[in-house]
Amino acid sequence: MFSEQIELRGHIIDSLILPKVLDEILGRGGNFRILEVRIGQERTDPSFARIEVSGPSPEIMDDLVRRLRLHGAELVCEADVQLAPAPAEGVFPEDFYVTTNQQTFIHFNGRWVEVRPAIMDSGIAVDRGPQTATALKFCDVRKGMEFVVGHRGVRVVPHQRSTARTDAFEFMASNISSEKPKSAVIREMAEEFRKAKRAGGKVLVVGGPAIVHTGAGEHLEKLIAWGYVDLLFAGNALAAHDIEHALYGTSLGVYLREGAVAEEGHENHMRAINTIRAAGGIAAAVAKGVLRQGVMYQCVRQKTGFVLAGSIRDDGPLPEVITDALEAQRAMRAQLVGVTHALMMGTMLHSIAVGNMLPASVKTICVDINPSVVTKLADRGTFQAIGLVTDLEPFLRELTGFVGGPVKEVKADAPVAALPA
Amino acid sequence: MRRLLLCPPDYYGIEYEINPWMRRTRNAEPGLACVQWKALCDTLRTLGCQIDLLAPQPGLPDLVFTANAGLVIGRRFILSSFRHKERRGEEGHFERWFAEHGFEVVKLPPKLIFEGEGDGLFCGDVLFCGYRFRSDIQSHLFLTELLHNLVVSVELVDERFYHLDTCFCPLPDGSAIWFPEAFDGYGQRAIREHCASLIEVAREEAVHFACNAIVLERDIVLPDGCPGLCRLLDKAGYRTHELPMNEFIKAGGACKCLALLVPAR
Repeated sequence: MFSEQIELRGHIIDSLILPKVLDEILGRGGNFRILEVRIGQERTDPSFARIEVSGPSPEIMDDLVRRLRLHGAELVCEADVQLAPAPAEGVFPEDFYVTTNQQTFIHFNGRWVEVRPAIMDSGIAVDRGPQTATALKFCDVRKGMEFVVGHRGVRVVPHQRSTARTDAFEFMASNISSEKPKSAVIREMAEEFRKAKRAGGKVLVVGGPAIVHTGAGEHLEKLIAWGYVDLLFAGNALAAHDIEHALYGTSLGVYLREGAVAEEGHENHMRAINTIRAAGGIAAAVAKGVLRQGVMYQCVRQKTGFVLAGSIRDDGPLPEVITDALEAQRAMRAQLVGVTHALMMGTMLHSIAVGNMLPASVKTICVDINPSVVTKLADRGTFQAIGLVTDLEPFLRELTGFVGGPVKEVKADAPVAALPA
Repeated sequence: MRRLLLCPPDYYGIEYEINPWMRRTRNAEPGLACVQWKALCDTLRTLGCQIDLLAPQPGLPDLVFTANAGLVIGRRFILSSFRHKERRGEEGHFERWFAEHGFEVVKLPPKLIFEGEGDGLFCGDVLFCGYRFRSDIQSHLFLTELLHNLVVSVELVDERFYHLDTCFCPLPDGSAIWFPEAFDGYGQRAIREHCASLIEVAREEAVHFACNAIVLERDIVLPDGCPGLCRLLDKAGYRTHELPMNEFIKAGGACKCLALLVPAR
């Protein structure tokens, strides 16, 4: 909620200006708290009232304040934020304001400016020229940049989850549990994705190699091919094992169809990585016809954006893997603009890392066989995430079944598909 | 003896449009306007008023509506500050006249908009002030502090009744003539609570400026074409004097707009 203080003076009781102003606030979607009222002692004495007016958005507040000024309300000026320069490269000024992942506004030069992006654990850089406020990480701090210090003039709009219980996010408003009816929830999720795509939403998938190990890769491949995935964030492992499967039929040396261990199968992922390195990368391997199926193949074919972030235990890595952690963060943040939904599957490291970059308004689903992954994600600030404790293969199989077909072919009013066999 | 300030309509006409009544394509007939104004002047003199005249000025067609000059309280003249630039040129002439006639001229602080008796009328000991279309409510606080008087602010909601004196006319006994639809609900309640009684004007007579009347104790000078109100006033013991005002109604004014009370209180 946004709030401003107003003052009314004059014969506001005899003129019924005070009740009119209060009614106007409520009638226009705002709320009020009377902070002080002084009633004139004599008939000719003016009265005084100081009122805190609050509203759900800056636009509603602006409109409200404009209306109230017509009836004589004077705005008690909101203080501007305090700024201080960064003392060195990569160093915030002392007492810098640390962001949350919630929508945040700063009061600067007499107006409210939204901080973009809504990303947690950042400082707020203010550019006086275009009057913009940008959330920046340590690595992007340049000496002399001006940052918000202290809490004055900063407003955070708490993200509120609807309680209407009309979709999966409201349905699952509580916690993760392995004992919830999954089919109904997955059906809701399928409908949510379909609605999101119809409304021009942008869906991010964050995945771990378990997607491939459990045999769920083909379902994810289908979702990508059908146009439901706009962005894929993963590490080297998901891509390496997906390509291993595409080239050798195994994941970590296990044939996914039979569940049997391949002879010398442990070499397969190394050979797969080598093949892609030799081809000059994943995209190049697709172009040359070396890679003809799988999740990464579909990403290239569908022009689905992907960011592969490296880690200390990677083999290879594949050429597209970004090994500089800061550079990988930057690449992810750049791609996240406009993301409305995030589906995180089978990876604690990447889920928490990406969760830290998401605004609280992004609808986030975390699916993992281990309940503690979802708990940890929420505990580290991504409180908006809902969780489903299940194996990835049946989850993705069911989700794909409920989604029913390519984005363009699923009519807006088509019923969600029946439970697949 | 009631003293009133008027201004002959030598340069009166519809030269711009600043209210819904004004149409440049429907100009006033100068000869007829002159006849109507003289009839008003004569009636007021006959009723015992002392008439002072402000010299008319070319290029200021609305100077004739002297009620908007300001508000006279004793020997103090609170000079209007007009909303529309078309009328701001009048301010200097009003200021000079009152200064030359021995009044203390009080100017509003910068940015406050107040259009004199057009939006400020005493009813009993209450100063009723209209706001929204012409005057701003912020000016009412200035009047409250200056005059140490109860000021009841009422919002006007119908643009045709852009000044308080087009829809509200106090009577000497603390009652008033009014057209309630010109006010919002809060304004109506405030007026009902502060007036002894109210005489309501029908819509068809309100748009004929029935409320724009000059009240001289038991004599009321008002535009013709308001038989319903005249009947009610007759019944209440007032003598009504109906005058043709249609040439001035073309500009959104009638009897009261053409005369300023010197003083109002």
